[in-house]
Amino acid sequence: MGRAFLVGRLAAADVRRHPVEAALLLLAITAATATLALGLVLRGVTNDPYQRTRAATAGPDAVAGLVNAPTPQKMPGPGGVGPGHQTLYCDDCQPSKDRTAAFDALTHAAGVVAHSGPYPVAWATMSRGPKTSGVAVEGHDQARAPVDQPLITKGHWISGSDDAVVEAGYAQALGIHVGDQISLNGGHFTVVGLAVTAAAPDYPSMQNVLGWSPFPEPGLVWVPRVAAIRLATKAFPLSYLLNLKLSHSLPHTFPPSVRGIIELSGGRLWHVSCPCSIITSDQILQQDAQLIAVERRALTIGSWLLGLLAVASVAVLVGGRMAEQERRVGLLKAVGATPGFVAVVILIENLVLALGAAAAGVVIGWLAAPLLTQPGAGLLGSAGAPSITPTNVLLIVALALGVATLATLVPAMRAARLSTVRALADAARSPRRSPLLINLSTRLPTPLLLGVRLAARRPHRAILAAFSIAVTVTTVVAVITVHSHQVSMTIAGFSAIDNPRTDRINHSLLLVSSTLLMLVVINALFITWSSAIDAKQPLTVARALGATPRQITASLSAAQVISALPGTIVGIPAGIALVAALSHGDAVPVPTAWLVAVFLGTLLGVAALSSLPASLSAHRPVAEILQAEVV
Amino acid sequence: MTDRVGSVLSARRLRKEYGAGAALVQAIKGVDLDVAAGETVAVMGPSGCGKSTLLHLLGGLERPSAGELRLDNARLDQLGEHSLARLRRTSIGFVFQAFHLVEELTAAENVELPALIAGHSPRAARVRSEELLEHVGLRDRAHHLPSALSGGERQRVAIARALSNQPEVVLADEPTGNLDSAATLEVLRLLDELRAGGQTLVIVTHDERVAATADRLVSMRDGVFVEETRLSHGSAGRIGELAGFEG
Repeated sequence: MGRAFLVGRLAAADVRRHPVEAALLLLAITAATATLALGLVLRGVTNDPYQRTRAATAGPDAVAGLVNAPTPQKMPGPGGVGPGHQTLYCDDCQPSKDRTAAFDALTHAAGVVAHSGPYPVAWATMSRGPKTSGVAVEGHDQARAPVDQPLITKGHWISGSDDAVVEAGYAQALGIHVGDQISLNGGHFTVVGLAVTAAAPDYPSMQNVLGWSPFPEPGLVWVPRVAAIRLATKAFPLSYLLNLKLSHSLPHTFPPSVRGIIELSGGRLWHVSCPCSIITSDQILQQDAQLIAVERRALTIGSWLLGLLAVASVAVLVGGRMAEQERRVGLLKAVGATPGFVAVVILIENLVLALGAAAAGVVIGWLAAPLLTQPGAGLLGSAGAPSITPTNVLLIVALALGVATLATLVPAMRAARLSTVRALADAARSPRRSPLLINLSTRLPTPLLLGVRLAARRPHRAILAAFSIAVTVTTVVAVITVHSHQVSMTIAGFSAIDNPRTDRINHSLLLVSSTLLMLVVINALFITWSSAIDAKQPLTVARALGATPRQITASLSAAQVISALPGTIVGIPAGIALVAALSHGDAVPVPTAWLVAVFLGTLLGVAALSSLPASLSAHRPVAEILQAEVV
Repeated sequence: MTDRVGSVLSARRLRKEYGAGAALVQAIKGVDLDVAAGETVAVMGPSGCGKSTLLHLLGGLERPSAGELRLDNARLDQLGEHSLARLRRTSIGFVFQAFHLVEELTAAENVELPALIAGHSPRAARVRSEELLEHVGLRDRAHHLPSALSGGERQRVAIARALSNQPEVVLADEPTGNLDSAATLEVLRLLDELRAGGQTLVIVTHDERVAATADRLVSMRDGVFVEETRLSHGSAGRIGELAGFEG
């Protein structure tokens, strides 16, 4: 009990003596835990809005799609269907009663209690002002449908022959309002309403309801049935959609043995008597959840990157303080503290701070989650309060403690093994000597000569600095790689329009990268200041021997740039590899000029950041420092 | 004090103050000093009398609060930080009580440092370093780190470093303050050799035996010069005798 009290008292006293270092440590770990908390609480936030939308629109339990693609390819019969066949093709490409008759097997299947449709779907190019985009135009009836009656959120349902109702998520992306004029394949329509539906995934995933689309990420527009049929072309003939309501006693996924449904690879379904693909409401929900999932994935990966950066930050902070703590270690040992007790004293302070950071992370994550959990305009209502589950809390605490332990364990063990006499003598840690670098540096101008020697005298600190730069550059390169991919995805002939999925990825990446940059700025400032303090004596001697303050400032900055160089070189391919790994090995090209800009920008950024503490240090009075060194 | 004409280093009404108001400390209270070329001047006085501050002012490590300071007729008190640094490279050599050698550099690398900072080639710096280490009797210790050298050896390395760029004047601040008797004798002999070789020296000390090596002794108390004595002395044997370390 007494020991625990003493450990607590020593930890509290140290925090009081070094409030800035404690605050920086707390900040570094909190950045990682808050980001992880955000990533974790986003799980499942679309469930409620989707179910709400489904209830309000008499949403289907399953939607069957019959695609008439332009490619003249023999449609596979039920017997020929196997894994990998997900896209269905017609052989005549003509709308006909015969083709939709194939839905009869489904409408009369056991357990199907209601249906609506089949509805014709035409593919059209939609123009509104300068913006163009591909859309699926679903021909609907004026009368209310028993299954999937889209719910009007603004305006009214279609009544006239040139009326159009636009899916709300797509309308938001394009900035379409009720009363706007739009053009579909050159035909003019008036937007009379905006609506939500549970029968198709939210924009931009609508094409998944049919499994095929001539356009990437098409929007969804409802027009009168005859208008949709008129929009069909030889190039893009009509497809059909059928909404099904199942018996409540049955699950939403069809049991294959009972209903003749075969599950294909990728989770799509196929009926033995209907040449159509079937998607269940659970699968639509999953598609909607993808919007949040990409955001959650970016935040989770970001939290691990921030965790790595936090390890480097905390290691620098703890390492910087260890020189000062050696005398304290000597005193503790002199009064009988065992090496284990000394290690615990050092560890416990940082672990307690890490627990504080975990708590702060949970609170920040919980408070900030509503900013990221909006389900999208295509669903009704909001996600509600994010849930903090015990598992989430455990993961966040594990991250915080892991960071603190990784960063503190080595200095704590080193302190525990330190000789009591040496610790009490408060001898400065000997710098590392690198004869090769010292010799090579003689050929360099004074700032680089001193900079190379400074970087070489504390290799561990240089490695930590390089590591933190590598993590940051990895993230920055990953972000620009994703952005480059987004730019390359803009389709010829269509204008770039807002994409909720892209927007969400960009928001998450912005959040992660700005937090990371904030941490790396603090790191760079702190590492430079620590280097300046540590190298006070040799730098002051250099000034006494004729080095100017400007040369000293430049040498301190050069030391940081030299440390950052390997981190930058490693970080660039690591960022590209990270995105390639997350996109399942697909190569994502990044313009070389962007990578060169990252390389130069990083080194210039480090030079600029480090120059501030370096300049402060370089202008300290020489005589005062030299006098203080007199023993 | 000596006339300014022919002086390498001169100070007029030199003042240095720290703080303000009630906390004002007057470290140097209007000092006049002239050091002729090749002359060795010892400034002696008790701890805290302002001798180290005077040395820092003379070497441009601190700026005077008032007064005039010249080195080879250049007004040090009017130079900026950058110009002072350039002047230290070429015209001033420092020897410190605490040696102030760079720990991770060998003796030779420490001696090379001023030459490299001054922009000399690595080869020229190495040649000069070898000459100086030979001169101070440490050629065989050239590749040892400071931690492997004795106190006297470290101070001899520091003296060699101070001479690297052939300065007009060498300023030594308590050069034997951290040394034992044997090491003190080594350093005294070396300083005497420098004096004999015509090197201008200003040595600050509170040790009478060190002061006895000088051509002129200036006594300092409470920031002012109180007495000046011209000394006459002979060989290194005389120094040893004065210092009381030999026979």
